[in-house]
Amino acid sequence: MTFINYASREINCKIVYYGPGLCGKTTNLQYIYDSTAPASKGKLISLATETDRTLFFDFMPLELGTVRGFKTRFHLYTVPGQVFYDASRKLILKGVDGVVFVADSQEERMDANIEALYNLEENLKSNGYELTKLPYVLQLNKRDLPNVIPADELVSELRRKDEMVHEAIAYKGVGVFDTLKSVAKQVLTELRKG
Amino acid sequence: MTDTPIIMREQQHERIMSVLHKLRLESVSRVVFLVDKNGQPVAMQGDVSNIDTTSLASLAAGNVAATGGMAQLIGEKEFPTLSHEGERESIHICIIGRMLLVVVFDERSSLGLVKLRVKQASRDLAVIFEDVERDSLQKPEQDDALFAGITDDDIDSLFN
Repeated sequence: MTFINYASREINCKIVYYGPGLCGKTTNLQYIYDSTAPASKGKLISLATETDRTLFFDFMPLELGTVRGFKTRFHLYTVPGQVFYDASRKLILKGVDGVVFVADSQEERMDANIEALYNLEENLKSNGYELTKLPYVLQLNKRDLPNVIPADELVSELRRKDEMVHEAIAYKGVGVFDTLKSVAKQVLTELRKG
Repeated sequence: MTDTPIIMREQQHERIMSVLHKLRLESVSRVVFLVDKNGQPVAMQGDVSNIDTTSLASLAAGNVAATGGMAQLIGEKEFPTLSHEGERESIHICIIGRMLLVVVFDERSSLGLVKLRVKQASRDLAVIFEDVERDSLQKPEQDDALFAGITDDDIDSLFN
């Protein structure tokens, strides 16, 4: 849910990175954090376990610049990917303006991708959203690994509407900003529609 | 948009700031701030120079969401207030509709005093939030014109 503050002339939007465990959601945020100028970003908060698995969420605020005199600030969140953290995932989707689904391209993670995508649709529904009506981007991550499924096969299996698809190698930054740009653009376009 | 956006006018913001200012003085607290349930900071009063308010807002919202989830699991609607007491600094959070009132205080104040003053301020804030909610639903035409005027170039320029 976009928050428009006329007093401080700010537009705040919430984007959530979703996907199966170990698909690279946190890595996306970490790369954005590492490559953004200090003035444009806040702290990257990671609520993680001792083994660096996301426990509740990662969060970073990102200021992109000014549109029509309004500062645009995107709040980027990840969800914990592990199956048993479903209650947390549901909570983090509350008030979401746009979703990035990060798919793990490895063959052995295909079932996990499908399960996580189904879980996303269910959790959006329980929060009153429809995936088909929400700004949404599909990212195919880990394209540098040897055992990946061809992109067109992943797309035909995981694409839910006519969403933009980006191939990525998140730890190297490949496709990370393209993905963010795609979803942010859609969120702002929704705002334009009113 | 997928949900009704919150649109806050300057006048409403000023009214909120004045309630927060009064609350901070009367509860002898360090910082008072208002966050929406999704973690967006809305207004703050007090010395925030040493506090990362954006992160605190997101974590406060996460905290309320998590305890709200626990409440529902045991058959409660929500826990309307949360308090965390530290050795020197403490935090008290109160849910007011779609907003969270967060008070940071130290040993100069007490949880009892903070709770009492928060209760009073909550009533004043609830009235203002009703106005904000009503205004957000009846968005004036000039708002639509303002955002409808956003061009593809405007959006692209954010990423250059």
